[in-house]
Amino acid sequence: MTKKRLSGKTTGALIGAAVVLVAFGYLIWGGIGGNLVYFLTPKELLDKGPKAVGASVRLGGLVEGGTVQWNADTRELRFRITDGDSASVPVISVGVPPQMFTEGQGVVVEGFYTQEGVFKSQKVMVKHNNEYRAPPPGQHPAEYYRQLFQQKPQS
Amino acid sequence: MIGPIGQLAMLVALALSAMGAVAAFVGARTGRSPLVASARNASFAILLLVAMGFGMMEYALITHDFSVKYVAQVGSLETPTFYTVISLWSALEGSILLWALILAGYTALLAWRTARSRETPMLDAYTLGTILCVNVFFLLLIVGPADPFGTLNPAPANGPGPNPLLQNHPFMGVHPPLLYIGYVGMAVPFALGIGALLSGNTGREWSKAVRRWTLVPWAFLTLGITAGAWWSYEVLGWGGFWAWDPVENASFMPWLTATAFLHSVMVQERRDMLKTWTLSLIVSTFLLTLLGTFLTRSGVIASVHAFSEGLIGPFFLGFLGLVLITSLALIAWKSDYLRGAGSMDSVVSRETAFLVNNLLFVAFTFVVLLGTMFPLIAEALRGAKVTVGGPYFSRMAAPIALALVFLTGVGPALPWRRGSTDAVRRKFLWPGAVAVLGGAILLIGGMRSLSVWLTMVLAIFAAGLVVGEFIGPARARRSAHHESWPAAILRVATGNRRRYGGYVVHFGVMIAAVGIAVASVYKHEAEWTLSKDGPAQTYGPYELKLDSVWAVQDPNRDGVIAGVTAHKSGRLIKRLAFGGSFPWVHRKAGLIPRLNYYPTMNEPIATPSVYEHPGEDLYLVLVAYERDGSKATIKAIVSPMVGWIWLGGIVIAAGVAFALWPRRRRSDAEGDETGTATQEDLVESAARA
Repeated sequence: MTKKRLSGKTTGALIGAAVVLVAFGYLIWGGIGGNLVYFLTPKELLDKGPKAVGASVRLGGLVEGGTVQWNADTRELRFRITDGDSASVPVISVGVPPQMFTEGQGVVVEGFYTQEGVFKSQKVMVKHNNEYRAPPPGQHPAEYYRQLFQQKPQS
Repeated sequence: MIGPIGQLAMLVALALSAMGAVAAFVGARTGRSPLVASARNASFAILLLVAMGFGMMEYALITHDFSVKYVAQVGSLETPTFYTVISLWSALEGSILLWALILAGYTALLAWRTARSRETPMLDAYTLGTILCVNVFFLLLIVGPADPFGTLNPAPANGPGPNPLLQNHPFMGVHPPLLYIGYVGMAVPFALGIGALLSGNTGREWSKAVRRWTLVPWAFLTLGITAGAWWSYEVLGWGGFWAWDPVENASFMPWLTATAFLHSVMVQERRDMLKTWTLSLIVSTFLLTLLGTFLTRSGVIASVHAFSEGLIGPFFLGFLGLVLITSLALIAWKSDYLRGAGSMDSVVSRETAFLVNNLLFVAFTFVVLLGTMFPLIAEALRGAKVTVGGPYFSRMAAPIALALVFLTGVGPALPWRRGSTDAVRRKFLWPGAVAVLGGAILLIGGMRSLSVWLTMVLAIFAAGLVVGEFIGPARARRSAHHESWPAAILRVATGNRRRYGGYVVHFGVMIAAVGIAVASVYKHEAEWTLSKDGPAQTYGPYELKLDSVWAVQDPNRDGVIAGVTAHKSGRLIKRLAFGGSFPWVHRKAGLIPRLNYYPTMNEPIATPSVYEHPGEDLYLVLVAYERDGSKATIKAIVSPMVGWIWLGGIVIAAGVAFALWPRRRRSDAEGDETGTATQEDLVESAARA
């Protein structure tokens, strides 16, 4: 009798564990599905069309020449991001762009594509270059800050 | 010359590990102790050889011997000496060498500690054999696909220097070694687990030994993770401390399972239960360290830290599979050894708390594991490049973490076996009242974030319960010995270091939990373009003024600095500055966020300037500037209580140190556990009476 009761208990525990596991798995699955961030190029984004609207996207490409507009009053940055040849997507973001943000620079913008065909970005990142590459002797990648060497304060 | 000698040393170490492993296993199986003794001697020799290799690599780095491949990869004449020394672990090959050194250190320590004990010879021999096998794997990596000692002919005149991100802050000298001492150390409990399965010794002495051997690496892992979060905060310039980056997850998952293990092994020790579960946890912990290394070192998942390299991946995957299959087979085959005598007596007991704790930790691990692996799965199945966003992790982790904070107090307050509901109610009364009062005050004070409010209320409640665990026995001592409160509490704590050290660890967890919740929710930021000598910008209680923008030239980099004078409620803010004369730390007026230009990076790296304060940090980042120095764009991030996270990590490590502190007298070496159990019971029965 003890044995029977025990096994009944065990079955109950097993069913309970299975229910908890399934519920937990469902939670995880839903959680992941709702929080995916897609890495796309402008062409891939345009190919997806209306399906891409609203999804979290990291869009990578180049800042298209002649498209950068900075409005100092509204602190709004507009430019187009291109994958080099055909496709290009207009981007709007708020805030001062990072120091190295220039036309032709590789950038990654994080945000979402809207119904109006504009990419609203919360974050503009200059593309990271993590390669270890020694520059040609004597050359520095960005020398334009050099005139600041004279500005050192007294203290 | 260093290259070939290093390679030879590694080859000999590899051969010795293989021979030692065989000797240990054969010795254990046949009971021939001279064979085991030879395996011990091999362990010492391996440490010597690997340390020699490590020393030679450091020498090559410091003397800029660019004929050594690794030095040519990470060294440069311009890198400051400190960063040259620590550049040993700034790329793949060197970090595997550091890994091998720490592993050899643990192996030799294990061999030395078990040399004199005659109590469990079989267990010791199998354990040594297992960890020597792990040595074989890592030395194979060094001899084969991750060889740092290759020779370049002709030798280049200079190298590129280490990854700029890794030479931007002195914390890089602390964080990786701490993390590795923790990470690699998980091989020891794993070896003890396999040793237990092979020898059939899963008794109390095994539980005790494995718990101690896990606590040490666990404490270092905790410190390493904390230091990593701190580094990320101080270097990466986004004001956060945790991004659920694959590398961070890789260090966090073994921490979760190891923490679960540390609790379940206590149940095993006390109640002779959960043996299979406990062993599975320790095997999982080791597997997760291997998986983490595979994920981050093979370049499968691109991230800041990943140094991709060809053959490493298959090597790791192969070893991972081997460990997994061997462990599972052993656990199944030796299941007879794992049958425990104990069973659950009551729902209101510490066992239940430990069981729930374990389930929560395992669930937490799954959440992190699936989120980390999902991009790989998605890419393999659908070819889509995706990443799982931080909100997934935060949303899933928060409820689990909250429940765990609750348990840090409830677990210690519940008695083993069967709790008298009355005594439990009495214990919960005061902390509950204080928590309710605290919660009300927080609400009246204007707190509107549910997650922060819950964290704080639960932390107060848990802290109250743990404080009660100090007060109760101390009160009994006071009335028995007429001692003052501090003396009584100190006596109680040092009388059972293991238990009260554990409670200090729990305090650390509560402190860190509050810091994490508050800093995540109440962090806020703003960004302005300031003119030199222009009007001050107000932000909350802060006033910021741009004094000047100037450039400096370091040997390894150039930097552009914005000098900002900041006042908080009218008082001048002074930052901590390092260097100069003794004591090398002093305060200087103003904050100096900067952008650093490294010759190997196309874009500058921001170094934030932080005013650290227990209440809230002010964190300034230089975003952009005018070329003539007339204007600078500054981002200000205010992170309340973020310092509590680092404090929590330190308190946790201090608790472990307190628990493991060597005892002075032999007499209380064994008896303390039962001793205080009786004391505890006495207090309880006194309270009941």
